Formats: sequence, C-alpha cells, structure tokens
Amino acid sequence: MNRYRGGALGSALTYLVLCLLAAVFLIPFYVLLRNAFMSTPEVTATDWHWLPSALNWDNFSSLFDNPERPFGRSIVNSLVIAVVTAPLSTLFASMAGYALARIAVPGRSAVLAVIVGTLMIPQAVTFLPTFVVVGSLGGVNTMWGLIAPGVFNAFAVVLFRSFYLSFPAEIEEAGRLDGLSYLGVYGRIILPNSTTMIASLGALSFIEAWNSFLWPLMIGQDPSSWTVQIALSSFLTSQTVNLPELFAGTVVAILPLVVMFLVAQRHIVQGIAMSGLKS
Amino acid sequence: MTVTTPLRGSAARPASAATPRRRRLTERRSKALAFIVLTAPMLLGLGLFRYVAIGWSFLLSFSEARRTIALGNWVGLDNYQELLADERFRDSLTMIVGFTALIVPLTFVASLALAVLVNRVRRGRSFFRTAFLLPAAVSYVAAAMIWKMALFSGVPSGLANTLGALFGADPTPWIQTQSPPLYWIVLVTLRLWLQVGLYMILFIAGLQSIPQHLYEAASLDGAGAWRTFRSITFPMLRNTSIAILLLMFIAALQAFDEFYAIFSTGASLGSEPVRTPLTHLYGVALQDQDYGVGSAGAFLLTLLIVLVTFLQGRILGFARDKD
Repeated sequence: MNRYRGGALGSALTYLVLCLLAAVFLIPFYVLLRNAFMSTPEVTATDWHWLPSALNWDNFSSLFDNPERPFGRSIVNSLVIAVVTAPLSTLFASMAGYALARIAVPGRSAVLAVIVGTLMIPQAVTFLPTFVVVGSLGGVNTMWGLIAPGVFNAFAVVLFRSFYLSFPAEIEEAGRLDGLSYLGVYGRIILPNSTTMIASLGALSFIEAWNSFLWPLMIGQDPSSWTVQIALSSFLTSQTVNLPELFAGTVVAILPLVVMFLVAQRHIVQGIAMSGLKS
Repeated sequence: MTVTTPLRGSAARPASAATPRRRRLTERRSKALAFIVLTAPMLLGLGLFRYVAIGWSFLLSFSEARRTIALGNWVGLDNYQELLADERFRDSLTMIVGFTALIVPLTFVASLALAVLVNRVRRGRSFFRTAFLLPAAVSYVAAAMIWKMALFSGVPSGLANTLGALFGADPTPWIQTQSPPLYWIVLVTLRLWLQVGLYMILFIAGLQSIPQHLYEAASLDGAGAWRTFRSITFPMLRNTSIAILLLMFIAALQAFDEFYAIFSTGASLGSEPVRTPLTHLYGVALQDQDYGVGSAGAFLLTLLIVLVTFLQGRILGFARDKD
C-alpha cells in the first residue's frame, strides 16, 4: 500500500520492532496463565519457572468453593447484567436515533438537545448523583439498581441517528406504501437492516457492563449482589490470600471478553472506530 | 424483508383519497405517536438518571446532608469550602493533574507509533492488531491484580524483581515505595498496556482515510519516511488527534478503578496513600455518607474536566487559525 517506505531493510526492521512489542504486550497474559495453574510454593518461589510443573486445576475448583467469596454467584450476576444491558441499551438507542433522524415532528430538535445535553457531563461524575437517585428508589443491592443506569446511552443515540440519516429513504417509502405504520417500518425494515450497528455497539456495551467497577462497587454492597469485578477486588482486601486462586479468578474474569475479542474482533474494532471518532 | 404487493397498495389508495384531510390528520397523529413511543424509554431514563440525579445532587452540594439525601438544610458554599480545605482532596487533585500530564502524552505517542507501524506492514497486520488490542478486553481491576500480584509484587518472585535480579538488583517493593515514587511506573505501564490498543484502532482508522495519492506524490519527490510522516501523515491526522486527545484527557481525569484496586487495603477508605479525586469522593460518599460534600466534589471535578477540555480546544483551536 504505502510505497513510500524504504525497501526491504526498513520493512524487516518494522517487523522486528512489532514482534518485540507484541511479545511485551502478551507477557502479562502469559504470566497470569502460568500463575493460575501453579501451586502456592511455585508461585512464591524465588527462582523463575517458565511453566508450572503440573496443571493445578484445584485452583479453579477452590475458587468456586470458597464460602467467603461467592465467585460463582458473581459470575452469574455479571452475566445477567451484561446480557440484559447490551441488547436493551442498543435497542433504546436505536429507537431514539431512528425517531430523531427520520420522523419529523415539531419539537424534534428540542428532544435531540435534551439527549445530547447529557453528554456534556463527564460520565464518572454522575456516579454520586445517580447513587442518590437509585438509593432513594431502593435500588441498593438489587439487580435493577445495578443494571438500569447503564441502559441509557445518549452517545449511542447520536451514533444511530447519524447512521439512520444516511439510510436510503426508498426502502422506508416502499414499506409505507405497503401499509406499514411508522412503528411497523421501524420494526420490520429498519431494525433488521441495522444488524451491523447493533452488533458493534452491543459488543461494546457488553464489554463495558462486564468490566464496570465503580457503579457495582457502590450499589452491590452485599456479597450476594457482587459482580465478578467486585469479587476479584475482594482478593486484594482480604486478610489471607491464596495466590493461585487469585490468579485463577483473574483468568475466569477476563476469559469471556478475551474470547469475544478474538471471535468478534471485526465488530469490536468497528464499534471502537465509530464511537471514538464521532466524539 | 419487504414484499411490496401492488395489489394491496392500489386497493388502499382510492379509499383514503376520498377523505384526504382526515388521512393527513391520522397520518400526523400516528407520526407523533411513533415518535413518542420510540423516544420515550431514552427520555425517561436519561431524565431520571441524568437530569433529576444531577439536579438533586447540585442542590445537595449546597445542603448539609450527612447520612441523608433530603434537601432543606441549606449551608451555602460550606461543602465546597470544606472540601477545598481538606488536604487529602487537594493532594488528590495534584495527583490527578500530574498523572494526566504524564499518561496522556505517553499514550498519545505510543498509540500513534503503533498505528503507523501496524499500518505499514502487509502480512500479519491482523495478528499485530489483535495482540495490541487484546489488553483492552481486560478490566482495570483484573489488570491491577496482574500488575500488583504478579508483575510488580514486592516479593522476589515478581516479574520485575526477577528481571532486576538478573542485573544484581535487590527485590523492590514497587507499590509501597513512596520516595522515589516507584508506584508511578506501575500505574503508568498498567494504563498504557490497557489503553494503547484502543487508541491505536482510532489512529489506524484516521490513517486509512488519508488519500493515497499524497504518499505517491511524496514518494516521487523522494521524501523519506520521517519527512513523509511530518509533512503528510501528522497534519492529515489533525482532527483525529484532537478527538483522541480529548478522550484521553477525560479518561485520565476520571481515573478510579486501578487506583482503588492497587492501593485500597480494605481497612478504611480514605487511608490509601495514593488517591484520585474520585477515590476520595467514593470514600466521602460511602464511608462518611456525606452526600453534600460528595456532591460538591462531583461538581468540582466536572469543573476541572470542563476547564481542561476548554483549554485544549483553545490551544489547538489557535494552532489551527495559524495554518
């Protein structure tokens, strides 16, 4: 592609640098996996071992058996939160984005301004105000309290709106002539034609819900409503730590998203590029 | 998806043509109804969790609200004064400004360099992209576990200390050492590892939108790689760079997760040696349950973020005027 670069030597050098950097970036994954399968004496040994002497699957079973830290429960909680948040947040954003792009009614620009206005406030700063509201509605230690505030993504509305602005009008008109109502056009024509957008933004939303920390830390105070990130952080504050179990927990916590990154990378990359550059 | 049946369409039209005014009315009504149905969930959600929340919190910030979120006990600017007089909060502000000043330029340069390198290679591009992006799948908490307990743990078995031992260095407590503040290395490398891939993706998208003929012209003129980068690539990435810098500033000023995970001991909130404004506010809100002071802090932090983004806009805006 770029014909300006200088020959084979430069190209070999580029590869060398990239390979070295890729190795550096992958080292933390390697060390984590290695430690997760080691025994306690091996992890704390002063001399370096490249690989564990045996695969200690016990680390994983003890992780899920520990009565003081409901790790299995926290995985289920995180799964429920992410599985509910991702489709709901993309659906709501797509609905609002479509209406704002394609249904001309009086007051439409005011509605757009109300939605865009929320983007002016930095996200993390809203945590305390939202805690006040959700707390007063009895949302502490509840699933809905953990989920609800993350479902309304004004930024995704903006992305969907610009996507629908460039949507070919003929298809909609055909649907209208076919006797579909506005809602029918949205449900039967628009939504099925937005799958790439929905996949990209849904994947990002899933990642965000799974990795979110500050909000579940405030709302999920009782161990029964811990998310996986909270359960993980509880390793760092407990008195005695079983190190291999800690690393096994970290592996379990990051595994779903690593798999997702490897499988759905195209959608994720698209989603990142889209949401980063529109801001 | 749609099957247009001309028969049904032509059958429907004469009937509605008989009463065109009525049809327009129902048309307008169904349009309004659809708009309301489609926007209602978003408006209600944002209304409650953003507008009501922020409005309430704003009022709380002028109110004495310990262990209560009821309004009414107005105290003017006391909460703001109390917070600004608190040395720990002021320290956290200094800390976050220093952290931002360090992490933003480093992340910017590193992600741009990676983007240019990855974009140059033909074979294996997707492998490199995956390798650099993969850390973005990891949460800050999980990364903090790896950094604190495996890479930079103070014991001899930590990776950093193992490497140090090769050069004859003694085991170093990376996180606990305050002077010199070695924990900065831990914080900065963690965030770089986690974020660089994301921004690299954005830069690659920017790079690929640069017209190829510019490079062909430069190559004909015999410009070298560095010269080409300086006079074509970097200027053409101007808008991308501004957007990315803005994202980086906002992300850095709101740092919380890894600071909490690395420095919190669980014993008492607020006793961590290294704190960001958000860690401080978390302690104020959850440990002291002082929602008035906590709210005041949220607005002070907002002010800081707005100020920084405004300054960035001004400085880069002026630079554009000169072009």
